[in-house]
Amino acid sequence: MLSVKHNESVTFTEDMLGKFAEIVRRYPEGRQKSALLPLLHEVQAEFGWLSVSAMDKVAEYLHLDPIEVYEVATFYTMFFLQPKGRFNLEVCRTGPCCLVGAERIMTHLEEKLGVKEGEVTADGLFSWRGVECLAACGYGPVLQIGPEYTFYENLTAEGVDELINELRKKAEGAKLDADS
Amino acid sequence: MARKLLLTHIDIPGINTFEVYRQKGGYRAVEKALKTLTPDDVLEEVKKSGLRGRGGAGFPTGMKWSFLAKPEGIPRYLVCNGDESEPGTFKDRYLMTHIPHALIEGMIVSSYALGANTSYIYVRGEMMPQIRILEKAIAEAKHAGFLGKNILGSGFDLELFVQPGGGAYICGEETALLESLEGKRGNPRIKPPFPAVSGLYNCPTVVNNVESIAAVVPIINDGGEEYAKIGVERSTGTKLISAGGNVKNPGVYEIELGLSVEEFLYSDEYCGGIANGKRLKAVVAGGSSVPILPANLILKTLKGESRLMTYESLADGGFQSGTMLGSGGFIAFDEDQCIVRNTWNFTRFYHHESCGQCSPCREGTGWMEKVLHKIEHGHGSFSDIDLLVNVAKNIEGNTICPLGDAAAWPVASAIRHFRDEFEWHVTNGAEARQRNYGLANYADPLEPVV
Ligand SMILES: Cc1cc2nc3c(=O)[nH]c(=O)nc-3n(C[C@H](O)[C@H](O)[C@H](O)COP(=O)(O)O)c2cc1C
Ligand code: SF4
Ligand code: FES
Repeated sequence: MLSVKHNESVTFTEDMLGKFAEIVRRYPEGRQKSALLPLLHEVQAEFGWLSVSAMDKVAEYLHLDPIEVYEVATFYTMFFLQPKGRFNLEVCRTGPCCLVGAERIMTHLEEKLGVKEGEVTADGLFSWRGVECLAACGYGPVLQIGPEYTFYENLTAEGVDELINELRKKAEGAKLDADS
Repeated sequence: MARKLLLTHIDIPGINTFEVYRQKGGYRAVEKALKTLTPDDVLEEVKKSGLRGRGGAGFPTGMKWSFLAKPEGIPRYLVCNGDESEPGTFKDRYLMTHIPHALIEGMIVSSYALGANTSYIYVRGEMMPQIRILEKAIAEAKHAGFLGKNILGSGFDLELFVQPGGGAYICGEETALLESLEGKRGNPRIKPPFPAVSGLYNCPTVVNNVESIAAVVPIINDGGEEYAKIGVERSTGTKLISAGGNVKNPGVYEIELGLSVEEFLYSDEYCGGIANGKRLKAVVAGGSSVPILPANLILKTLKGESRLMTYESLADGGFQSGTMLGSGGFIAFDEDQCIVRNTWNFTRFYHHESCGQCSPCREGTGWMEKVLHKIEHGHGSFSDIDLLVNVAKNIEGNTICPLGDAAAWPVASAIRHFRDEFEWHVTNGAEARQRNYGLANYADPLEPVV
């Protein structure tokens, strides 16, 4: 469902537009709608989520009605229609991973981060959610972090703690860089 | 040691690069096909090989290709299905990660056979690292002259692109995949028309699994007859099996079809038995959609014959006492696992993934999820168990695409083989309520099977 709680206007950079044009060329003349999913991934990777203005701009770029973009963005689980934490941790919650302790990892994340599934921590750094089978069932429990979908396998509670600490450090490092 | 055709060079450092792959004999199949064979010759070899689709349904690949309509002046498409979302299945990811050129080479040879000049590899969006790997492999192959215009001077042109999905299990279903590739929601199409007549952009299209396409390479290199010598009955060649759950050595294995389930499960070359010295309780042999079998029935058929890793042997006994090879997602459950909880989890998955087009699937999966949740949490009644059987029966065969069946079978088979466990949850509600799977181990009250 698309309910607009936040919006954010965006500008597509030259780099992005170059990439868009390259993507559209993959399909036959007049079939530019095929570029929709790849473009939404590009936009989300850049801005962290898909605001209505961002979707409208994609529609305009591909000569589609905005509704064609909304109906796609709402169908697929990878597209975020509201802001997430800077690091959105996605744990596989499907059967095979549960056989090897996925539920324990989710409980641990909830306690460690102090937010429920789908919520964002006060500092804006983290959010988490359960997702369905990630085709890595032999290496469970597993977790992924967009936009590049970096993958972490054979998770333990300690491993999750370490990861969170590392991500915190990374964010602080980036902040220091930006401030100096 | 079993013969390997797909993963022969998997341990060679750098096999993911064009250079090393080529040194190890890669792209010979492209040279052979484009220089010495006609497209129909390639099709003939694939037919002779007996290769059956590795995506789950096991439909003969050569036959599927021969159905492709070839009207003049209309492009044809080959679309590779790299959506791999069936719980328990993780073989295509493995292949794309470690030996991406095997897929690219297979795509070139297969596109040549089908007369496709633009082909797409649809990969689930979560596999962004694999998408990058494939894009790099494509660039390398193109640079070396194996893609693009007039490949190897043969007059055959091919452009190959990778398309990301958006996170939806249903997009593994071939017509939903095509919708998604056209930039729409992944709602399966009503068949007929089949993709072979009207697929991508209403043009004749073949959709094949990653592993099926990669298997075309050894088939062309060694000939279809050689390939068909491996395996038994109508299960020829090798198959990637991804083993997970409570096995000691989870991972992806290439087996010769015809290996016994017992050897696969217990020998050190493969799964190495059950982890932590526990006993085997049940197996889902071909991805979450296939019927679950208790330990005794997965190792031996009802007739007492040793069960083999083949399409026929796993299906022996039909749905009463058999299952399916499916996608090769092999999930083992140890004696401590709760079948009711797993059935609820799978059903929750199917409900979440139902595209919502048909009511039996949309409503039925939700209903089953609720009832299973109730039983699992110790609030169920005996009539709820019968209700589940009834709902499952009413979904099966009454939907546009097979996701409905895929959701019904796990429930029906779990109740068929583990009814006592469902009943235990009903009669021991208080105890069932106290179980906390997320936080603590628990002793299973049931007699371990075997
Ligand atoms: C719900 C559903 C999900 C499916 N998921 C996949 C998948 O992830 N990968 C795949 O290759 N086939 C999947 N299939 C099977 C495809 O529809 C199709 O049969 C297959 O890609 C054909 O390739 P093959 O003949 O090489 O096996 C799925 C089917 C259904 C009904
Ligand atoms: S069976 Fe389910 S997934 Fe398939 S078309 Fe119907 S509602 Fe969609
Ligand atoms: S069940 Fe978790 S990756 Fe498959």
